[in-house]
Amino acid sequence: MARTEKKKDVVLVGFGWTGAIMGIELANEGLEVLALERGHDQDTVPNFQYPNMIDELKYGIRYGMMEKPANTTVTIRRSLDEEALPYRSLGTFLLGTGVGGAGTHWNGLNWRPMQSEYRLKSYVTEKFGAGVMTEDMTIQDYPMSYEELEPHFDRFEKVAGISGTAGNINGKIVEGGNPFEAPRSDEYPMPAMPSTWDGVKFRDAAKAAGYHPFPSPGGIASKDYKNEYNMQMGPCNHCGFCERYGCYNYSKSSPQTAIIDALKRKKNFEYRVNSEVLRVEKSTDGKTVTGVTYFDHKTGEEVFQPADLVILTAFALNNVHLMLVSGIGQPYDPNTNEGVVGRNYAYQITGGYTLFFKDEDFNPFIGTGANGFCIDDFGIDNIDFAKEGFVGGAYWRAGQTNGQPGRSMPLPAGTPSWGAGWKKGIGEWYGHAMSIGAHGSVMSYRGHYLDLDPTYKDRHGRPMLRMTYNWHPNEIRQTQFMKQKMEPVAKSMNPTTMQEGFKKEGAMFDVRPYQTTHNTGGTVTGDDPKTSVLNRYLQSWDCHNLFVMGANTFPQNTQYNPTGMVGGLAYWAAHAIRKDYLPNPRPLV
Amino acid sequence: MRDIPGLPSRRGFLKASAATAAIASIAVPAKAEEKPEPVALTEYKPDCLKPSEWAFVMAAVARLIPSDGEGPGAIEARVPVFIDKQLAGDYGKASDWYMVGPYQPAASPLRGWQTPLNPLETYQQAIPVFDDWCKATHGKIFAELDAETQDKALTSLQKDEMKIKPELREFFSILLANTKEGYFSDPMYGGNHGMAAWKYIGFPGARGSYREWVGKHNVKYPLGPVSISGERG
Repeated sequence: MARTEKKKDVVLVGFGWTGAIMGIELANEGLEVLALERGHDQDTVPNFQYPNMIDELKYGIRYGMMEKPANTTVTIRRSLDEEALPYRSLGTFLLGTGVGGAGTHWNGLNWRPMQSEYRLKSYVTEKFGAGVMTEDMTIQDYPMSYEELEPHFDRFEKVAGISGTAGNINGKIVEGGNPFEAPRSDEYPMPAMPSTWDGVKFRDAAKAAGYHPFPSPGGIASKDYKNEYNMQMGPCNHCGFCERYGCYNYSKSSPQTAIIDALKRKKNFEYRVNSEVLRVEKSTDGKTVTGVTYFDHKTGEEVFQPADLVILTAFALNNVHLMLVSGIGQPYDPNTNEGVVGRNYAYQITGGYTLFFKDEDFNPFIGTGANGFCIDDFGIDNIDFAKEGFVGGAYWRAGQTNGQPGRSMPLPAGTPSWGAGWKKGIGEWYGHAMSIGAHGSVMSYRGHYLDLDPTYKDRHGRPMLRMTYNWHPNEIRQTQFMKQKMEPVAKSMNPTTMQEGFKKEGAMFDVRPYQTTHNTGGTVTGDDPKTSVLNRYLQSWDCHNLFVMGANTFPQNTQYNPTGMVGGLAYWAAHAIRKDYLPNPRPLV
Repeated sequence: MRDIPGLPSRRGFLKASAATAAIASIAVPAKAEEKPEPVALTEYKPDCLKPSEWAFVMAAVARLIPSDGEGPGAIEARVPVFIDKQLAGDYGKASDWYMVGPYQPAASPLRGWQTPLNPLETYQQAIPVFDDWCKATHGKIFAELDAETQDKALTSLQKDEMKIKPELREFFSILLANTKEGYFSDPMYGGNHGMAAWKYIGFPGARGSYREWVGKHNVKYPLGPVSISGERG
């Protein structure tokens, strides 16, 4: 039997980046704020301590920091006529859990999308004609402009502690930064991190080819730093254990490092762990929500938590799942192209070259998640879609993130996978390889979406989230274009040998190898309730006291890692709630 | 170089550069030296593997990462101990995985783990099937074949020439993955004995601090590894 807890002003579902941002912003307004986290409590000490944290088997291979599929997972199919099967063991994406969520185990790469990406459909149509879009493409514009978001990007970067070199400050191009970035109002809060040898080699080759290399921007501290909440970061020691690990050195940006310790000191803020929200409860007229029902894993009972304002701040896939199981908004139907919840799911397409240099030492274990140099010469703003025959773009990066031998052992093609030849190969090639990667956009399509699985249920008896996704010919053309442009750059570096890893025509989505945890869309933001779940302030069109954060709000995926956009959007929405919604709660559009 | 107990003397684990040799000669003795030597593999009492399974794992990993040539083999690295301990624990039981039906083990391999069997059950059921196939094809169970025939048999397993039933299809992949995991993981999990695999490839293990080395481009890092439990190599 459910117990009912004392009403709160605000309940946050999930306590990662967006939960921490909403928590501190609304607690600073004097509201009683509660964050519900399905996972465990965790902090730098004791959970991320040296040396136990830098254990490749426990965290890198057995995924010690991730949500266990036994607890929460999804089903996946590649087309409408395939039967979806559970994602039983982890591979292609890694969902975080516990306090800090995916913000604890990310690599730290932090971006703002390019200018055309905020109004992508208009940009494509105006510049190249609607004919360059495939018939099933369902991309759309963001309902807010880059100029409106800019102060919030700036704020997130300063809270999170991002190191980088600005390339465009208020329209002035700055040497050494990314000349193609959208104009920023200020420098990055910290100077760029130094790069290892692989990044520098790429920088020089890219420059020689006429491109515009710049240091990778990331949430890795290059110096001592203090943010607006008086939270401190110390300079990174390049241990090479960012992605899949928590940082023991207070150097990687995370909700813990940037916000949570300050938030915990506020008397009007509370968080409860092992508290898994099962559904959002609607009022009888369905126009507002009354709170959430969660499962208390400590007592084994369902709890109703009333609140005036509910904000979904879980990972993208979980936010969409909650909307579907709560019956808020019309689920998307790809056959009729009607409905909105689950619509426009997208992912990320990556590819690259691995280069082997017999006589060079890269010391691959020296790295950070945001190491090295990038180019944006093949970003969305810089490609003639009519000429190239696809819509999209990619940024390229070279910068070793780790040399953990179980996960990172590139060997030249033809090396046996076991036996004497393999053993000889690892002795010869470990430490003598580097890679260049292309990190590409994925558009949204009529057939790519999220809904509820008809067969498989989670441990609470709720239907699992079902993902329908495959590689689309538009993205294959994009990634093959990147291959063609990257090959001469890689060759110009004169490696002993090199090999490519780009998806080819007919490639099917493979759930086994890790690709990215950049799952986007499903509750997208827009101007029209017929094609979006959320208005421009990330407020539900259906229930005005429900807001939804996360990459699930993206109308299509950008060419970048999503965290910068997720953080910027959270500050944008927090600002609207504080200044406009709280004084007069109502639909803001 | 220290010998591995219960096994023939091995030398040349470490492709020692002049620099590492110099450091090794003045280094404080590694902590590992003070620890009692672990029991020889021939005397080891497995946590979960039955004698026939243990014999198979010993024989198979010895071919997957053989002892001859430079660098340690899986036997010197005590990979069988690692595999036994992993299979006896959460990994072997697939405790973290979603293991609720219905199952479609014959689905495309691209769709991931779809067998109802966990890794331990996969070993337990696949080893006798493979041994029967070895007997029928090569006249003896796997562990009793000569090295060359064992390599042939493992290649057949990898290529699924025996058309193993779909429930056991992942057996070779996990056997190989677990072997490499045992070779490269921290020694506290039972394999990578003496950090020998890390020394061989030049991975410094849990040192975790390289700030002053970021800008030293194309210069080989000079120090050997440390382990999570404090072994120094």
